[in-house]
Amino acid sequence: MLEIKNLHARIIDDGTEIIRGLNLSVKAGEVAAIMGPNGSGKSTLSYILAGREDYEVTEGDILYNGQSILEMDPAERATAGIFLAFQYPMEIPGVATMEFLKVAMNEQRKARGEEPLKIPEFLKRVKEAAASLSMDMNMLKRPLNVGFSGGEKKRAEILQMKLLEPKLCVLDETDSGLDIDALKIVSDGVNALRSPDRAIVVITHYQRLLEHIVPDTVHVLYRGQVIKSGDKSLALDLEANGYAGVIGQAA
Amino acid sequence: MNMHAQPQRTLAETALIDAFGERLSLLPGDGAVMVKRDDAIEAIKHGLPTRRVESWHYTDLRRLLTSVPAFEAGAVVKALAPVLEGSAVLPVLNGVSQTKLPEIDGVTVQRLSEKLTDGSAAPGLDSYGSDDAIGALNTAFVADGYFVDIADGAELEEPVELQNLQAGGQSHVRLLARVGAGAKAVVVERQTGEGDEALVSSVSQLVIGDGAEVTWLIVQEQPDTATHLAQFKAHIGKDAKLTLFVMNAGGRLVRQEVVVRTTGEGADFKLRGINLLAGDTHTDVTMVLDHAVPHTTSTEVIRNVVTGKARGVFQGRINVHQYAQKTNAKMACNTLLLSDDGEFSTKPELEIFADDVVCGHGATVTEIDHDHLFYLMARGIDEKSARGLLVKAFVAEVIEELDDEALVEALEARLDGWFSTHG
Repeated sequence: MLEIKNLHARIIDDGTEIIRGLNLSVKAGEVAAIMGPNGSGKSTLSYILAGREDYEVTEGDILYNGQSILEMDPAERATAGIFLAFQYPMEIPGVATMEFLKVAMNEQRKARGEEPLKIPEFLKRVKEAAASLSMDMNMLKRPLNVGFSGGEKKRAEILQMKLLEPKLCVLDETDSGLDIDALKIVSDGVNALRSPDRAIVVITHYQRLLEHIVPDTVHVLYRGQVIKSGDKSLALDLEANGYAGVIGQAA
Repeated sequence: MNMHAQPQRTLAETALIDAFGERLSLLPGDGAVMVKRDDAIEAIKHGLPTRRVESWHYTDLRRLLTSVPAFEAGAVVKALAPVLEGSAVLPVLNGVSQTKLPEIDGVTVQRLSEKLTDGSAAPGLDSYGSDDAIGALNTAFVADGYFVDIADGAELEEPVELQNLQAGGQSHVRLLARVGAGAKAVVVERQTGEGDEALVSSVSQLVIGDGAEVTWLIVQEQPDTATHLAQFKAHIGKDAKLTLFVMNAGGRLVRQEVVVRTTGEGADFKLRGINLLAGDTHTDVTMVLDHAVPHTTSTEVIRNVVTGKARGVFQGRINVHQYAQKTNAKMACNTLLLSDDGEFSTKPELEIFADDVVCGHGATVTEIDHDHLFYLMARGIDEKSARGLLVKAFVAEVIEELDDEALVEALEARLDGWFSTHG
């Protein structure tokens, strides 16, 4: 479903190369974990997948269902089924959360040639999704993410993911800022989305999240490259021995 | 050597002076009113203000007012459905007040032409300074409008909507209101019209009694054929509250002056303004606020959206008088500049003669936040819609603060209307 080939990318502003020849392949139905120390390029990779303009791909390609997405803007990628759960979701004053959800769902439906949702159906879906994440509907009456706690923002991201039903989910450090109970709720939300036609990429520092969202594959990112891939035991190994060993082997 | 030689009159100045001569016999007014009119046209004969007059620095009226249309006595315009459902509508159509008016409990309405004829409107025709060009223009030509008297203690169940609707040509209107002590009212001042080139002057004068609460909404949606020169003047009494909401969403050349004075302790003034600027237009909001007694408060928040080649101005001057201790005043002007050809000038001024006050001001000019745009687009909202949501959000914040659902909904509908044609 996702194939990243020899990807090189840099920050446009200062030319710093962050991704340096990254290869990664994720199949439909797979949950892939990407781990790595601070500054290894994990968040950059998530932004590049979502199409953020601050980065420039200088070499290589990203194929999604066999098609390059490099020329697509973020909205086109999203309507094609790519979803990024942000590490730091933006607070947007003045944009009502419910209005935002409705516009986003209907824009995606429009792009797929579907009719807009009728209001009762829209409300029903939001209520069900919110209940499954133990979210208070009153929260959704506020402007988008404004005044939400760190944990509430992460839940709101997963809520959006449930409602938009993407095919490729990229979760950027969704565990940061979550207490144990919230981590369980969010993980259950993600696990409920596992399906044979959907791929999930989980970016995290810690093994902790992977106890709840058990990955099929684990990839270690270091200096903009995947330096080691394995199964879930690799994550346990990293937790026990740190990144130094893996980095040493690769060097 | 005479360095003060009068420059040659512009076409517009000449047209105004000629029009005064032609209109004079048609203008209502007793002797006192006619004296004020003469003084006013004298002021115009000295020339319209230029950028060398400080308060007109960013709106060089002499240069910008390139022509003045003739009066169109026969032009017809119809009253509009009100902005807020259920409002009692008092229309001024092509400069003329109406005789058939709705009954409003607690409110007495008089046609301004009568108050000019009997001279009772004369004291209000004085200008408030040598740079009061709008006041002078209006005083010279004003023929009609309304005087709305809201009785002491009256709490109006429904809003009152004053409509000043022009149909091309010139119209000069005054809207006077007295809000009695302890009264509560919501008033909409609707300024719009249709048709060919227009010159509108409109002066609203409000005296708010002790403990009264007034929300006054100016909704200006003139066509881009209109020059709209307006003034809003108010005195706020003891423990009285005035919320003035100004929405400019039209007009070719617009100046809205706001001249407010707190006259009793505990008075509170809120100014909330939205300027939606498009095309090749010029819009100026100029406020002069006098905190003239101790213990009064004010906040001013202006949000501007600038597109196309539009130019905008906000001047906010807060005078805190020497005895006006414990004044608390805060002013902010935020602009979203969406076009390289647009511009917005902000001039905050604080003149403080008291020593125990809290006053502040801030101004920002920004573009759309790229992080916000990315976030919305990453959810599948295309760039145009995402920008639209963010621009609307920027101004809607000011509206949502109004804390009255019917008001918020009605104003957001006006916003949507503007965005659907200019977005």
